Amino acid sequence: MDLVAILGSISIFTAGFCLSIGASAAGLAEGYAVASGLTSLAQQPDEAGSISRTMFISLAIVETSGIYCFVVAMILLFANPFWQYAISTVAK
Amino acid sequence: MLEIYDQQIAFVLPYVNFPVNWTIASTWIVMAVLLLVSFLATRNLKTGDKVSHWQTAMEVMVKLIYGQIDEMTKGGKAMTYLPFIGTLFLFILTCNLMTLIPEFKSPTASLSTTGALAIMVLIGIPFFGIKNAGMKKYLKKYIEPSPAMLPFNVLSELTSTGAMAVRLFGNVLSGVIIGSICLMLVPFILPLPMQVLGLFTGMIQAYIFAMLALMYVSSVHDDEDEPPAVQNKKQALETLEK
Repeated sequence: MDLVAILGSISIFTAGFCLSIGASAAGLAEGYAVASGLTSLAQQPDEAGSISRTMFISLAIVETSGIYCFVVAMILLFANPFWQYAISTVAK
Repeated sequence: MLEIYDQQIAFVLPYVNFPVNWTIASTWIVMAVLLLVSFLATRNLKTGDKVSHWQTAMEVMVKLIYGQIDEMTKGGKAMTYLPFIGTLFLFILTCNLMTLIPEFKSPTASLSTTGALAIMVLIGIPFFGIKNAGMKKYLKKYIEPSPAMLPFNVLSELTSTGAMAVRLFGNVLSGVIIGSICLMLVPFILPLPMQVLGLFTGMIQAYIFAMLALMYVSSVHDDEDEPPAVQNKKQALETLEK
């Protein structure tokens, strides 16, 4: 295998790995957050506005790690910084 | 395949020979839409029983945003934040909702736009902090538990606003990319629910960006202006401790 093939396969594998771990962890965490939010919503329906607002904001903050994983995977797949280097090395 | 709107040239400005990429071009389109709608709506404002439909819609929108800000901030200072937060919310909302239009390239799917919005929030933190509580109290926030925490406080300010930028960018970009992947695989039915989900996500992201900006911007405030309920609670706690 030449350098481009190695770099490409490693990039694709790492992107999938990164996205799978990031998505499952963020999904689990958001599930816990929504579950406890709904519990407190059922206990205090009067505070629905404030509870759901806080829940949405904390969901967004929890989701940030998943979004980071997505951005890193996209960089690996489409804007890999070592791609130009690999191509120029192979072309020599 | 990655939609990098910063590198796609829309047109070249005549005379100055300045290439305008799609991010700037679609930002101008969104600005034009917002300006046109607000101009049409506020053309002849009236008080009384008979007002135009436009004015009613605008009043509902402004009142909704005002109410949300009023619930989050203390001491009836919502009017201070309303122009900044409302503009952020309406701009991001329009950008996200206009992704439904075919061939429209949403500016929020580019890191430059969201980075610019986050920098605005970063500037807004000292601006509103000094305006509300004075220079001394604002600077005191950075050495709050102890002066040793100064670098961490500064760092948390930078990273939290940076995270806002990446969050908005990642959410909108993921919607765009998933849409185009679905279009490649199952072009007939499957993109539709994804687009509907994208509408929902865009709405939520605009709301969350505005609310987080409000949280960071209003983090420094005068304690004297607490609403009476909080003061009563504090007094009750103090008497309990005695």
